[in-house]
Amino acid sequence: MNLEGQKVTLHDMCLRDGMHAMRHQISIEQMVGIATALDEAGMPLIEVTHGDGLGGASVNYGFPAASDEEYLRAVIPHMKNAKVSALLLPGIGTVDHLQMALDCGVHTIRVATHCTEADVSEQHITLARKLEMDTVGFLMMAHMIEPSDLLEQARLMEGYGANCIYCTDSAGYMLPDEVTTKLTTLRDGLKPDTELGFHGHHNMAMGVANSLAAVAAGASRIDGSVAGLGAGAGNTPLEVFAAVLDRMGAVTGVDVFKLMDVAEDVVVPMMHQQIRIDRDSLILGYAGVYSSFLLHAKRASRKHGVPSADILVELGKRGTIGGQEDMIEDVALDLIKKRRTGEARPA
Amino acid sequence: MKVNAALIGSGNIGTDLMCKALRSQWINPVWMVGIDPDSDGLARARDAGLKTTYEGVDGLLPHIEEDEIKIAFDATSAYVHADNARKLNARGVMMIDLTPAAIGPYCVPVVNLKEHVGKEEMNVNMVTCGGQATIPMVAAVSRVQPVEYGEIIATVSSKSAGPGTRKNIDEFTRTTASGVEKVGRAAHGKAIIILNPAEPPLIMRDTVHCLTADRPDENAIRASVNAMIEEVQKYVPGYQLVNGPVFDGNRVSMFLQVEGLGDYLPKYAGNLDIMTAAALRTAELFAEEIDSGTIKLRAVGA
Repeated sequence: MNLEGQKVTLHDMCLRDGMHAMRHQISIEQMVGIATALDEAGMPLIEVTHGDGLGGASVNYGFPAASDEEYLRAVIPHMKNAKVSALLLPGIGTVDHLQMALDCGVHTIRVATHCTEADVSEQHITLARKLEMDTVGFLMMAHMIEPSDLLEQARLMEGYGANCIYCTDSAGYMLPDEVTTKLTTLRDGLKPDTELGFHGHHNMAMGVANSLAAVAAGASRIDGSVAGLGAGAGNTPLEVFAAVLDRMGAVTGVDVFKLMDVAEDVVVPMMHQQIRIDRDSLILGYAGVYSSFLLHAKRASRKHGVPSADILVELGKRGTIGGQEDMIEDVALDLIKKRRTGEARPA
Repeated sequence: MKVNAALIGSGNIGTDLMCKALRSQWINPVWMVGIDPDSDGLARARDAGLKTTYEGVDGLLPHIEEDEIKIAFDATSAYVHADNARKLNARGVMMIDLTPAAIGPYCVPVVNLKEHVGKEEMNVNMVTCGGQATIPMVAAVSRVQPVEYGEIIATVSSKSAGPGTRKNIDEFTRTTASGVEKVGRAAHGKAIIILNPAEPPLIMRDTVHCLTADRPDENAIRASVNAMIEEVQKYVPGYQLVNGPVFDGNRVSMFLQVEGLGDYLPKYAGNLDIMTAAALRTAELFAEEIDSGTIKLRAVGA
């Protein structure tokens, strides 16, 4: 693989995907501290919102320590070079949130849908483009469909006005060959000036390998998070990926040593739990289950006394997708009913 | 005596509504209005003996007096509803609005149908499918004790979400959240919708979370929820409490499934079925009132 001289824009997820791992409790001070340190390390793009995007504050996904607006207004004025992005899932957030984010100084809006439902993003992508924002279409759980179907959905988003399309491995299920095939299909089928991006999860330890495959196939934006702070077993650990790219001669513009310092000295000490591939995270990747379900499943397991692994496997069987956190407790209660009839094992 | 009605919109909702209206004791569906001469809905309406037009509401207007149309169901889109309502209200036709336009007051039959009695309202809105499925549960809790926050998550199969919903999904979240407050009586409402493409299509699932101001009265809430489920089942037999109510501190959660009757739409599309069933139930109440002379329809606006 030759990436010599290839430009890659790294996009840090600590302060958005990392919110899942922190039960959305990152304080404003911590947000500002991490964002400032990332800015100094040369990180070009940093995402800041509730883990489930703008408007994600809820019983279903968790109430955050501060509102999206409070986080954005606190972080953005401190940025010297870095731009800030916000995630928006239609069905959860609305164009009102989008407008609010723009008013706070958000540069990049990422409109995320399940990989088969791109047409729900028309309203939001169209408006973002009209407002001249950097507009990204973010196709989640992309492992669930064929490359040609993914391209069809990507074309819808491109048609609404997205200038960048993401292949998002929300479950950390993909292996490098799948990433290569999907990104190649997108590259061949979309307009040459539409950028491509890849968002990985490290549930099968494929974060770095998949991101490299994506770059080799034409992706120019790669998501990850410093120290891997993200849902499931975390995102692609960005300090590691930056170091790998550096060795390969790709150009990221970030200072690898400073990024290591942010990971080691700022992010890791803040973590509620070690971000690693534990049994439940591995199940997410192995069974293709949405990474954000992890802590909710562990919580339902403690409350109802059903093994979290059983809950996650059942969620996979039911074909649940991103956003269906409400089904976690429902599945736990169903498993209890089943156990009463002697079909399931105790916790 | 049955009251004559027109169905505006010949898509999934309008056609399913026709199937149900044909069985009604109170409503006589006379016209179906579409915009596509080749639509399946219009073909079925003709087969069922209805008069049809593919020229939109304007195609219906010349026939309103002669066919004594008193009630119109609007199953088009939020964008065109205002225009439809203006034209039909001006001729004294009452509108049952199945779009999220929400010009008129919200109606969730099992919760507030009786509040609409005798008010001579010329336009009532059916909130959204998610609203019809979940607001009864919020109301079941709020009639026991104050609810500070009501949140609903509606998950429907991708196949049952039409282009109108997809083009303006924000209307769904806004209108539903507003209905959770105004009809469900939660001080603050939030709504989330998920479209799931699984095959075979999943039956509509709805989760309702209420945060009560004080510690929930578990027994009273359980009884209220079960009573409300039975009330909804009178017009949507496939409305079921799958799990709950779960009590966790001040949180009360209900997990529901809504299976449709399978009239025009498959049974998994409980989200569409609950809308058409609720709209018909609402129209039937007004038809009874018109028949008994409790209310008199009059032309409004112009």
